[in-house]
Amino acid sequence: MNAGIPLQYFLVLATVMFFVGVYGFLTRRNLITILMSLELILNSVNINFLAFNRYLYPHKLEGFFFSLFIIAVAAAEAAVAIAIIINIYRRFTTINVEDVNEMKY
Amino acid sequence: MISFNYTIWIPLLPFMMFIVLGLAGHRLLPKLSGLIGTAGLGIITILSYFTAWSYFFTSEKIGGAYQKIEAANITWLQLTDKLHIDMGVLLDPISVMMLVVISTVSFMVHIYSLGYMKGEKGFERFFAFLSLFTFSMLGLVLATNIFQMYIFWELVGISSYLLIGFYYQRPSAVRASKKAFIVTRFADLGFLIGILILSFNTKTFDFITLTDPTGPAIAQGSSVAFMGFSVMTWSMIFVFMGGVGKSAMFPFHIWLPDAMEGPTPVSALIHAATMVVAGVYLVARMFPIYYFSAPAALDVVAYVGAFSSLFAAIIACTQTDIKRVLAYSTMSQIGYMMLAMGVSGYGGHEGLGYMASMFHLSTHAMFKALLFLCAGAIIHAVHSNYMTDMGGLRRYLPVTHITFLIACLTIAGIPPLSGFFSKDEILAAALHHNKFLFSVEYAVAGLTAFYMFRLYFNIFWGNETHYHSIPHEAPATMTVPLILLAAGSVFAGFIPFNKLVTTDGRAFESEIEWAVAIPSVLIGLAGIGIAYIMYARKTEIPDKLAATFKYTYKWAYNKFYIDEVYLFITKKIIFRYIAEPVAWFDRHIVDGTMNAIAFLTQNVSFRIRGFQSGQLQKYAFVYVTGAVLLAVVLIYLWH
Repeated sequence: MNAGIPLQYFLVLATVMFFVGVYGFLTRRNLITILMSLELILNSVNINFLAFNRYLYPHKLEGFFFSLFIIAVAAAEAAVAIAIIINIYRRFTTINVEDVNEMKY
Repeated sequence: MISFNYTIWIPLLPFMMFIVLGLAGHRLLPKLSGLIGTAGLGIITILSYFTAWSYFFTSEKIGGAYQKIEAANITWLQLTDKLHIDMGVLLDPISVMMLVVISTVSFMVHIYSLGYMKGEKGFERFFAFLSLFTFSMLGLVLATNIFQMYIFWELVGISSYLLIGFYYQRPSAVRASKKAFIVTRFADLGFLIGILILSFNTKTFDFITLTDPTGPAIAQGSSVAFMGFSVMTWSMIFVFMGGVGKSAMFPFHIWLPDAMEGPTPVSALIHAATMVVAGVYLVARMFPIYYFSAPAALDVVAYVGAFSSLFAAIIACTQTDIKRVLAYSTMSQIGYMMLAMGVSGYGGHEGLGYMASMFHLSTHAMFKALLFLCAGAIIHAVHSNYMTDMGGLRRYLPVTHITFLIACLTIAGIPPLSGFFSKDEILAAALHHNKFLFSVEYAVAGLTAFYMFRLYFNIFWGNETHYHSIPHEAPATMTVPLILLAAGSVFAGFIPFNKLVTTDGRAFESEIEWAVAIPSVLIGLAGIGIAYIMYARKTEIPDKLAATFKYTYKWAYNKFYIDEVYLFITKKIIFRYIAEPVAWFDRHIVDGTMNAIAFLTQNVSFRIRGFQSGQLQKYAFVYVTGAVLLAVVLIYLWH
């Protein structure tokens, strides 16, 4: 059905998403934004998995299952992370990572 | 065969006393701890006399010879199958004789110290150290093997160090104790080397095996030669070096006069009667080896002894500190003993020198301990060590006066006091061996009489000095030992040593050789006469003589500048050219390297510690940058 879209398109999209995520992860100071960047990285990986599965081994399902698995883990991780962020906010009234430095010592 | 198992308690008892007094002494009344020490010593004295009696009169003799008995022996350190260090008790004529001498003198000194040290700070510490010393000295003489002897040899060294430095608040006492320890320790290095060479060649430490004249040890060791002497000769010379240090022979004598900083009873016990004769005892113990395998080393013993006795006698004539005069006199008398050892032969009448040496050792222990204890009583009364502060004391100190006179007559060799007999035997032995050494000893005999009576007349006669407080006789605890030791000095000469203590254990006949004895008595009397003329009344003669022989006098007064020579060698040469460069190397190169490493680490870590910020994003940034760089390198540049 989508035989017209070449593999490179998927890869370029995934790469762009990955580096946007990395950039966001490194530069943002807001915990929520960092979490969102992390999701972008994970999803770019998902796209890679699906694209390669589709183009290289169309009769197998490992890639699909792997991306499903990643989605599940990402959902769980997001739940835990948001719980932590809420707690941090209650404790410090901020979610800026540079201000949350009391655990350093 | 009677059992001597109980003799193990003779050295163990003072050790237990040392533990008790050392650990619990400060909780006891000082008087009680002194009494405990003295009572313990009394028991040891009784045991020693009993041992001597059973050994000499009831033990079994084989072929008329006293046997060496190993009363106890345990393996203390089992290093390998063949190499083991034992501890035990060996009884033979000389060790039994030393037991009697040591316990007697030590007991007298203990009683005396009860009075002399009364009210001193550290009274119980003093008695604890005395017990330690007695333990080590008894262990030394009873040693079954040369390594045990070496261990106890060091132990007497440390007790001597502790006792010389008893008044540790006086800098001079501290210096003296360090000097004594370092000088003797240096000499003991030679002793250790000697032991190692000896036991390497003979494969044994045990005295009975080593000194058996027919045993394998003596025959085996004498073959290998090095620099003209056999290996056995070298090892014996090294062993003798230890004896030279401990017995304050030239050139290691410099510690003995300074050791007089210790309390006077200590000087009497350690630095006159017992510890300093350990060197003589050592030579006596190894005598068969010296005689059969190392005659050259025996000559060294004789010449060192003769030179030391003359050298010390000359110095003694000029000193004014009474304890120092006695110290040099001790050195001179030990020189006599060494000489007698050195000229001795083996077996029967040939072994006269050996017997004479041991004889003189025991009589000397009596009269020299007596002299020191008298000196203690005098110092106690006058509060000064210098004979210039004394004079006319005979009216104030009658008991001390009489006992001191007896001791002086004894050391001068006037018959029938004990010193006459022992000195005569030594002179007779020297005459048969070496005429030159014999004449040296005649001269020393005269000098001995002279300087002892110089001391005597200066203290008890002469012009009466004005005293701040009238001197008074010492208490009974001090005078009773004086009287007992004086009795010992008078009668010890009648002990038939030629029947008891001989080279091979067999008795031999020896008679006083009047041809030797009469001139020596006359020389002694001449010495006394000259001293009488010069010092009985205050005269001009001593000063005039000193002025005439200005340089000789000055050299002798300054002890021939031996101390200065040592100082020059150590400070100017060893310290400057060896110790200081080594210290510089250690401080700057060795320490410097370490410091540089430490400095570098500190500096670098100070600078890079900012990297560990705890900011996860920074870590991630570094990680990502690194990953990208690696990727670039691996993909585009790596081919």
